Amino acid sequence: MFVPWHMPWLPNAPEDFRARLKAVPSLAEGHGAALAQLALHRLNSTQARAFAKTMRGLTAGDISLAPLAPFRLAVLSSATFDTIEDALAAAGARHGVALDLAVAEYDQIIQTAFNPGAEVFAIRPDAVFVHFDHRWLALDRFSADPAGTVDAALDHIAMVLRALAEAPGAQIIVSNIATPPGGLFGSIDCAVAGTQRAQIAAFNRGLRDLALEMGALIADVAGLAEQVGTATWFDPVMWNLYKLPIAPDCAPLFADMVARMVGALRGKARKCLVLDCDNTLWGGVIGDDGIENILIGAGNPEGESFLTVQQLALDLKERGIILAVCSKNFDETARQPFREHADMLLRESDIAVFQANWTDKPSNLEAIAATLEIGLDALVFLDDNSAERAQVRAALPMVAVPELPADPAYYPLYLTSAGYFEALAYSIEDGARVDSYIANAQRAEVKQQSRDLGDYLRALDMTLTAQPFDAQGRARISQLINKSNQFNLTTRRYSEAGVRAVEAEADTLTLQVRLKDKFSDFGMIGVVIARPHADDPDALDVDTWLMSCRVLGRRVEEAMLEAVVERAREAGKSRLYARYLPTAKNGMVRTLFDTLGLELTSEEADGERRYRLDLTGYTAPDLPFSREQTAL
Amino acid sequence: MLTDEEILSRITNVVRDQLDDDELTLTPTTEANSVDGWDSLAHVRIMIAVEEEFGVRFQTSEITSLKNVGGLVALVRSKL
Repeated sequence: MFVPWHMPWLPNAPEDFRARLKAVPSLAEGHGAALAQLALHRLNSTQARAFAKTMRGLTAGDISLAPLAPFRLAVLSSATFDTIEDALAAAGARHGVALDLAVAEYDQIIQTAFNPGAEVFAIRPDAVFVHFDHRWLALDRFSADPAGTVDAALDHIAMVLRALAEAPGAQIIVSNIATPPGGLFGSIDCAVAGTQRAQIAAFNRGLRDLALEMGALIADVAGLAEQVGTATWFDPVMWNLYKLPIAPDCAPLFADMVARMVGALRGKARKCLVLDCDNTLWGGVIGDDGIENILIGAGNPEGESFLTVQQLALDLKERGIILAVCSKNFDETARQPFREHADMLLRESDIAVFQANWTDKPSNLEAIAATLEIGLDALVFLDDNSAERAQVRAALPMVAVPELPADPAYYPLYLTSAGYFEALAYSIEDGARVDSYIANAQRAEVKQQSRDLGDYLRALDMTLTAQPFDAQGRARISQLINKSNQFNLTTRRYSEAGVRAVEAEADTLTLQVRLKDKFSDFGMIGVVIARPHADDPDALDVDTWLMSCRVLGRRVEEAMLEAVVERAREAGKSRLYARYLPTAKNGMVRTLFDTLGLELTSEEADGERRYRLDLTGYTAPDLPFSREQTAL
Repeated sequence: MLTDEEILSRITNVVRDQLDDDELTLTPTTEANSVDGWDSLAHVRIMIAVEEEFGVRFQTSEITSLKNVGGLVALVRSKL
């Protein structure tokens, strides 16, 4: 289930959030960036309040919070605004602004609006947010004179907005009204003009015209409450006790909505959606599964899920958001579905920059931003892989990276609910602008040097397990052996019965390798089979060596070699022979053994490459795994 | 099951965070109006933060009839 107020697109706050927050004021520089980084997380009320306090302290000390843009916001609310106020500082930092807030006393909208000397105006606000709900305007359960009631309510608001407009310079933001749950008659509530539902709908329509006339922006509280569910949004206990307008749980989301608008006023709305390919735009791995086996399109529930992701991307493009692709794949392989798959909605021509290669994703995102000549803080990166997400967040905190759930059916909800692409106005030309980006963008050059990924890999808390084949692993071992095409050195296939036979061979070294990290358990991701060498009694000969591409870039291949060497030594061997047998799909591992430090002994005419490793000369590198040792 | 001491200790931490006073000590007989800064506005935040801390919800009458910190501890215990 998708619970909007829980803001599941935000990662959880780190355990040491408080300590990291407390450390910010003593930094020599980069206070704003540090705050922005902390604000990317989902915060509880205490954390949000502490965040606000730290930020106030820095502002009071005249410390620059760049790259956050300063923004002074005055708030006039008909209710207790405290819980929302506490959440606003972090919400602002999440959307690129350092908010300086001045909140008028509870239920003093009229008095404040008509008093230019009021305290909240002393900050010379960039914007004034006027917030109220049905209770303030007496849009009650039933009105015998609905037209009169609604007109009176609109007049009341018009009076407030006109008074505020007298003080020039400040953008007015006004909330509309959410319809509380419950009703009066039942189904005909939707048809009778005097019901609360009908009154509020009429009020919101009138407010839209009023806002247009006055150049005010509407904060769509009604739309947000509807998404959350109005029975969750409104909390009668909190209203009666403290005059809180909404449930405290919903305050962070409310604050986020306001912050998105303020961020957009400062030009901080995101401009470009960068999409991963495998298991983000389609189900499966194009390089392994092939174009005929990836899941996309109608007729298959998963395929339909990915179709909705593509449709959303197209809809965003239509309204002016640039699309880019960032995928760990061969360029030709990644482009193939866009070119040839009949059910793909996205085509190459929709993508302004297409980055498919084996370089790390932060480098590719930098290349995308540079090619489009937009900032990294204009990018949103959608990727199903938690490790890639963590890497991008660590290396490029200014790129927005939503968390994603296991089920792709929810991807569109996560992406749209996070409010990255907040627009303050829309014209049909916005869509045309994207085409010019596509026309201008050249294929981006990626800087060849990858970044030092050590810190990020260590932060993943990876645990690697290597153990011999056994009955429990047999089905998965066989599946990997028969499915893996790209990261597969010899592409030798064994049925499940074949695997069982290998298991029983005396003196054959077998390894099934599993990986988990703090985000997920990848299960079995690697398989090795090595038999005694036919001519060299002191050596093993690698028959099969493969790995799932899901765990590329984590140094798993090095850990696998370490495990093989350990087992081979235990078996009294002193040399290892291995080979690369080329296929149409395994070009990515052509030089794997060279990279791992094996000696190339010969290269055949058909592309086969033969290797040898002297086990006595091998020292294991320092790897970012904890190893779970298992019995032989 | 949490003991009353454990509940009191966690409530104390919540109140310390909310009032930004790491030295604050609460006992079962402490009353809000005897604590510096624990005014009606702070009270809203403290009650919400206590609900958040223990994952519980209080009823209107339970909040209005609270007399002291000991009462809050007992109320939390009754919800766990």
